[in-house]
Amino acid sequence: MRALTAPICAMTKAKPNEAETIARILAGEKELFHDLIRPYERMVYLTVFSLLKNETEAEDAAQIAIINAYRHLGSFRLDAKFSTWLVTIAMNEARQKLRRDKRAALESIEETVEEGTGDYTPAFLTDWREIPLEALERKELREALQKAVTELPDLYRQVFSLRDLQEFSIQETAEALNMKPGLVKVRLRRARIMLQRKLVPFLQKTPPAHRGWFGGAR
Amino acid sequence: MKLDCKHVWGYISDYIDDSVDPAVREDIERHLEHCEICSAILDSTRNILILTADERTFEVPVGFSEKLHRRLEEEMKEERTPDEK
Repeated sequence: MRALTAPICAMTKAKPNEAETIARILAGEKELFHDLIRPYERMVYLTVFSLLKNETEAEDAAQIAIINAYRHLGSFRLDAKFSTWLVTIAMNEARQKLRRDKRAALESIEETVEEGTGDYTPAFLTDWREIPLEALERKELREALQKAVTELPDLYRQVFSLRDLQEFSIQETAEALNMKPGLVKVRLRRARIMLQRKLVPFLQKTPPAHRGWFGGAR
Repeated sequence: MKLDCKHVWGYISDYIDDSVDPAVREDIERHLEHCEICSAILDSTRNILILTADERTFEVPVGFSEKLHRRLEEEMKEERTPDEK
């Protein structure tokens, strides 16, 4: 498990030595692919998970996607971003899996319904205080968030996953999903509000032990 | 321009991303100074995003990396080099 410190720099600008590593792999030093892919493993896994919503399937699809990336490394253009290229491969793999399992048709019906009818009003909070960071550590809150993200309609979850989970920029998210930045913003806005609505009850339940730290009544 | 709460909610996501016009940003901040409801919505949304980006919230399955590199190793044994197509 990795500690919470620096998030993975999924979209770091093409690292100078990355192009060199790719050239060396293509020239025969194939073992270097292990090092090339390591910083992106989580990104690939989360990308396919955002589409498949199943840990075992996502694990397998992520591995296949990375092997595909290895096999077709020669088609990577050096002026592109390696991360964007990888995300595209990961998404293709996950979508193919959905099609193979005939789950794609079902998803698109769900999306059409959700696109126009969602409730995009945030939830109000009564007696809100800035919650202590310790409260964010609660397992219950993490689990609620995982569930809420998994339950987002596909259209919103894909955008949310790239932008907020993997910390892509709006532009990078738009490129990876082949859509306009304006649409990314609209979907992101809705996804964030949907999550806020679902999670407010958990955010407000600050355990009593955390109150009264600043001289207040215990 | 004086913004009401509904307008502010529409901007919260872009405000967090720092992608609203400076003039609108000023209006939002002026509104937030006196509106506890919108401040609470902004704070709670921000907290959710902090938690989302925390790597402990969405973890890669245990052993994922090891299995992946074993599989890659097998692939490398079979193939001489990645294809150049």
